Amino acid sequence: MLSIVGSAVCFILQISYHRGQMSSKSTQAQTVATKGTYIACPECDFLQEEVVLPSRGVAICHRCGAELYHDTPYGLDRTLAFAICGLMLYCLANLFPLIGLELQGNRSTTTLFGAVQAIYNQKLQPVAVLVFLTTILVPGLELLCTIYVLLPLRIGKIVPGFRNVFRLVQAVHPWGMVEVFMLGILVSVVKLANFAGVVPGIALWSFVGLMLMIAAIGQSFNPRDLWVFIEHRR
Amino acid sequence: MSNQASTVQEQTDHATALRSGLLSCTACGLLCAPSSQDNACRCPRCGARLNARKPNSIARTWAFLIAAYIMYIPANLMPIMETRSLFGEQNDTIMSGVVFLWLSGSWPLALLVFCASIFVPLLKLFSLTVLTISVQRKSTWHPHQRAKLYRFVDLIGRWSMLDIYVVTLLVALVQLKSFAAIQAGPGAMAFGAVVVLTLLSANSFDPRFIWDFVKTTDDRSNQTT
Repeated sequence: MLSIVGSAVCFILQISYHRGQMSSKSTQAQTVATKGTYIACPECDFLQEEVVLPSRGVAICHRCGAELYHDTPYGLDRTLAFAICGLMLYCLANLFPLIGLELQGNRSTTTLFGAVQAIYNQKLQPVAVLVFLTTILVPGLELLCTIYVLLPLRIGKIVPGFRNVFRLVQAVHPWGMVEVFMLGILVSVVKLANFAGVVPGIALWSFVGLMLMIAAIGQSFNPRDLWVFIEHRR
Repeated sequence: MSNQASTVQEQTDHATALRSGLLSCTACGLLCAPSSQDNACRCPRCGARLNARKPNSIARTWAFLIAAYIMYIPANLMPIMETRSLFGEQNDTIMSGVVFLWLSGSWPLALLVFCASIFVPLLKLFSLTVLTISVQRKSTWHPHQRAKLYRFVDLIGRWSMLDIYVVTLLVALVQLKSFAAIQAGPGAMAFGAVVVLTLLSANSFDPRFIWDFVKTTDDRSNQTT
């Protein structure tokens, strides 16, 4: 229930965000999108001239075909809205039980952190640390950092240390694995369903939402927008 | 920026940043001209350390890769799960987990776990080996295919974590005192190590090496493909 309310709130929030910001920001980003400057492909180092993209366009490397950058209308606003929604879902996903197991009156439930603790207590601390990092710490850190940078940016403030925060997010990003974890839940549910009743908890649905939000952030966030916006402010 | 652009235009036959004496920031993508020859050059925009290529890329890739090969053996031979139930004890390796899923009728899931836990790690190990050797031999062999291979390895690598999560969840849930209890086995640790080491290895590999020995005239002709 709570998660549904949470996502509804965020959806409304996102819409209101877009209404408020229909005019100025994105056109700025496009006009500043610099003709005559060069970038090197991150995957093959090929030098090429930057092009101005149409809405939702993707720039592809001329030589190796890697994606150079893409355009999402109101990318930063969208990212912020998705991140706030994601943070709410993240809280729900960590506070409530994930799944429960029922077998002849015996019932056991676990939260995500409970699962980490269970495996920690079995003398497999490195595995516990790995699970903790990839499903709890890194997603949370990414969401918090994104909000920390983008929320003040909307009223034109550049937060202290934002260059470090930006690099931190870039560095930890590959280690957030919420979508793999979702698949892990699916596989365990099928394995358990053979001999016991499986009760999905609130956190399970929140995790589905969180996974979608993180995917949406990945789609809408484009570091170029951020730098263009900041350079324009300065 | 404008004077950089002109330097590039003067040297159109040297079409990479490296050959033009420029560095591109791996964190924010800014193309910058190094101010001096010292190594501790930082990106003026985001402050990341600038390197023409990832430092010690090949050595680090090999180190992680060899460690991953070694850990792959215990990961597959040792049990990752020990189930104690009314019907006795059972030790599950990764493969027997797949077999169990297959026999219990959920073959799509068996296929999925097989791909994520056995096929993907092996594919990563072999692909990275091929890529690293080809780069060391300064090969110009099918750069497009090798670039695609690296992108694919980078994309699917994370999905091997699947089994780690399954074990974690099962261990936490199946603690029904009298009926059944699941313990994680030492294989889980080794398997986790394989996944992390292959991820680190793929991370240390610099895909730009693939293209470094390809002459610009070669890839002009390949352009249409």
